[in-house]
Amino acid sequence: MGEYALLAGQLFNGVSVASILLLAALGLALSFGLMRVINMAHGEMLMVGGYLSFLTYRFAPARLGFVLALIVAFVGAAAFGALLELVLIRRLYGRPLDTLLATWGVSLALQQAARSIFGAIGVEVTAPKWLSGSFTVKSGAMAGFNLPYVRLFIIALAVAVLSGTWLLIQRTRLGLYVRAVHQDREMAQALGVNTGWVDLAVFALGTGVAGLAGSVLAFIAPVTPTVGQSYIVYAFLVVILGGLGNLLGTLLAAAVVGLFSAGAQIFTSVSFADVLLLMFVIAFIQFRPSGIFAARGRALEEA
Amino acid sequence: MLTLEQVGAGYGLSRVLNDVSLRVGPGELVTMLGRNGAGKTTLLRTIVGLHPVAAGKVTFAGNDVTGMMPHARARSGIGYVPQGRGIFPHLTVRENLRLGLAARFGRGEGRGAKLPDYIFDLFPVLARLSERKGGLLSGGEQQQLAIARALASKPTLLLLDEPTEGIQPSIVQDIQAALKRIRCELNVAMLLVEQYLDFAWSIADRFYVIQRGSIAAAGDTRECSADSVAHLMSV
Ligand SMILES: Nc1ncnc2c1ncn2[C@@H]1O[C@H](COP(=O)(O)OP(=O)(O)O)[C@@H](O)[C@H]1O
Ligand SMILES: [Mg+2]
Repeated sequence: MGEYALLAGQLFNGVSVASILLLAALGLALSFGLMRVINMAHGEMLMVGGYLSFLTYRFAPARLGFVLALIVAFVGAAAFGALLELVLIRRLYGRPLDTLLATWGVSLALQQAARSIFGAIGVEVTAPKWLSGSFTVKSGAMAGFNLPYVRLFIIALAVAVLSGTWLLIQRTRLGLYVRAVHQDREMAQALGVNTGWVDLAVFALGTGVAGLAGSVLAFIAPVTPTVGQSYIVYAFLVVILGGLGNLLGTLLAAAVVGLFSAGAQIFTSVSFADVLLLMFVIAFIQFRPSGIFAARGRALEEA
Repeated sequence: MLTLEQVGAGYGLSRVLNDVSLRVGPGELVTMLGRNGAGKTTLLRTIVGLHPVAAGKVTFAGNDVTGMMPHARARSGIGYVPQGRGIFPHLTVRENLRLGLAARFGRGEGRGAKLPDYIFDLFPVLARLSERKGGLLSGGEQQQLAIARALASKPTLLLLDEPTEGIQPSIVQDIQAALKRIRCELNVAMLLVEQYLDFAWSIADRFYVIQRGSIAAAGDTRECSADSVAHLMSV
């Protein structure tokens, strides 16, 4: 094993974890930035995406199944998010605490439903053959450095989703409306923008992307009823660190959180790495005390 | 065109508007005068739909719009230039103007909706600034942008809330000239909230004076002299 292989391996792991965090956090950042809504059930959208992928694999042939699973996970989670927005969040507009509690309730209900339908033990999804291999460096300082294709794919997907979101926000009419609503909701309304529709679209997009994250996450870990919980905490850390609603900040924060925890794992255990991460985030907020909410002002438009 | 019947509105428990009735006919220019805090802004916001009506009825273009959402009112032809201008600071001038088309897209005009040429004819400065961020414009430029943006929606009624407030005198003249041209060349009714009595008188067909949330005087600008209402506006 080459001397740098371990380091490079952890770095690569960190980047792939960061990619999943980015997908998970994107929707949170967007919906908070635009609607000031904290959706506690966002993690369960990963879970929904994971189980939907699992079901797709069972019913669709392997080759097609892979692409189909991504689509089903995205569309399914987006539809779920749309429903959640229409039935619950929209009605609690301007009542953040009630929204928090209600979405937390939804989160618990979804976990319980998953337990009843799929059982408490996770279900496994096997990646298609062409994705299950890996690329290994054979010699030199990096000998033994191993790049699983699945993780490469996850990174590529995150890059694609982030670029797509950026293009959507900067280049389309919906994106223009999103930026306008974000800067001055009343003025946007008075100009004829249906802000309810914009909220719905952004919320559904965010949950759909979380569903995508759940779908690819299923390749590297079993889908369990609590899979959302294990990622949502990190996703929240990313969003807090990155500035709410800030795409560029979200990207950087996901990289920091992903790399930090992967890096810390070289030297310590996983749980101690988490403790370190939490301490790091707390320290960071100390240095930017106005951080969390003040960051909202320079959100979508600068990203 | 626009009718308010005994409209009341307020903030929480305090009533700001009481029993306000008024009318703006098609193509007519009506000015709304009154001291600071009289309720002019609240009145316009109530017409736009940004402020809830507590009592009474608002009718526009033959429809009861009292409970209608602001975006639906904009689509039905109400253009709004708010006090403070409401420019999106991080959007460029071009993007701000494009948002003026939102009402027309919403109305189903589709891709054919384009900025009318007369906008740049009225406000040539906007063509030069089109890539500048709205927040970087001067007050006068922002005001011109706000009026142009409202016109982009091809409104049949334009609501203007103190369009010359806090703007340097040379630009005030430009804006007043533009408003006169809009009045003559475009077939749009206007409800203009103004502090400059002389200008209001020179452009308006009729006037209302609002005092502590109620209409205190109303009339025809050609029949009454400006002096007759001056005492209602002095501080
Ligand atoms: N957001 C608000 N909350 C409570 N009271 C308000 C608010 N905005 C305005 N008011 C009150 O309503 C009254 C009318 O205000 P406004 O409509 O802005 O008057 P004008 O535009 O004629 O100066 C004022 O007494 C003001 O204090
Ligand atoms: Mg006012």
